[in-house]
Amino acid sequence: MNGNIVIIGGGIAGMEAAKALLALGHTPILVEASRTLGGHVASWHKLFPDMSSAKNLTARLQSEISGANIFTDTRVISLNRLVDGYSLKLSNGIVINASALLFATGFNLFDAAKKEEYGYGVYDRVITNSDLEAWFSGKEDRRVPKVPESIGFVHCVGSRDLKACNGQCSKVCCATAIKQAIEMKERFPYAKVYCFYMDLRLFGKKYEDFYVNAQRDYGIQFIRGRVSEVGETFDGRLQLKAEDTLSGKPLKVCLDLLVLMSGIVRNRSIEELSDMAGLETDSDGFLRSADNEYAVIESNRPGIYYAGACTGPKTVPETVAEARSAALAIHSYLESL
Amino acid sequence: MTDFGFTLSRSSTLDLQKVDEGRFEQLCRLEKGAAVCIGCGSCSATCPAGSLSGMSVRKILLAVRRGQDIHRMLQCCMLCGKCTMVCPRGINTRHLILSICSIYD
Repeated sequence: MNGNIVIIGGGIAGMEAAKALLALGHTPILVEASRTLGGHVASWHKLFPDMSSAKNLTARLQSEISGANIFTDTRVISLNRLVDGYSLKLSNGIVINASALLFATGFNLFDAAKKEEYGYGVYDRVITNSDLEAWFSGKEDRRVPKVPESIGFVHCVGSRDLKACNGQCSKVCCATAIKQAIEMKERFPYAKVYCFYMDLRLFGKKYEDFYVNAQRDYGIQFIRGRVSEVGETFDGRLQLKAEDTLSGKPLKVCLDLLVLMSGIVRNRSIEELSDMAGLETDSDGFLRSADNEYAVIESNRPGIYYAGACTGPKTVPETVAEARSAALAIHSYLESL
Repeated sequence: MTDFGFTLSRSSTLDLQKVDEGRFEQLCRLEKGAAVCIGCGSCSATCPAGSLSGMSVRKILLAVRRGQDIHRMLQCCMLCGKCTMVCPRGINTRHLILSICSIYD
């Protein structure tokens, strides 16, 4: 085989892997379905916990991989297994024979409209985490009031919810909600900001500090209770119901803006492709790693590797680390052929 | 009023918007730690007065936060400070209790 490497997906996982492979002397081929590189991170405003710019990260990565062969607005439409590699046909007509493949196909955000009780797409003042990031980045959104007096965040929308067909924790939304709550409080210091949570899972480096800052320095209120329903008041505001489980009382509050923390679900658009490659799906719906403790970046197929959220929800540093690790694994694999 | 032989129960729903947060804000100025409580209950679990009187620092702080009356809830506190020893968030609960007393005086 020719030693070609195809990276499927041009988010931060795919780009970081391409960068590492270039440094190892390879010229990877990067295939991205959308028109621009950067994936979900490119549409995010700031990253937790240090509030660094997401765009700077994706722009820097993009400038560092100019030596790779990059196809944007291109899909892999068929994939055949050969004796010693894979043959891929792209939507632009190009056929590539490759020795190794990297799946960096990422995730989808849960469609918040499926949780009808929260009123996304029904009421004017309900948005999602990704809508809010777009607004932070300067995109107009008439759903965000000029000066909101009270703002609510609902954690676990489409995560840890069997009724939404996703029992898994999306891992990053707790810290994202705190980050966004702080950013809103910075913009609207007089607004009351409430976070409605089931559990707060602040596992990462400095996430807990982030939580304490939100409570102590920004006065954000954390209310333990899952929101049961949201309705609209006669004057176009929102009325939210939950239980204040710590006091054991039902609770209601009027809000000017409600932000739903949509969770991370598998990328459904790659199902056909992963089937063609002979990859397995794990019980959580994401691609199955060879081993969930020791070999997360390895698949059940020779020469196919994973990086990032295609195997489950991941933070940015986890994704970057996996991408580097997968690049090294591909390098060793090609050496061994 | 006509007696129909039954009455309506008062709603126990807490309306967050109508909560008077004045006292809680006052408390936060006196004891910054008041804001970082995570409601774990270790203060109440370790309280020597808790099992006999039902006193609970966690519940008292939540009541202040929700603008509710804390009448007589603190009277069994002996200021022993065991709750301060166990608080995982490092809240000076002894000072918190004294601060609550000074606000509700």
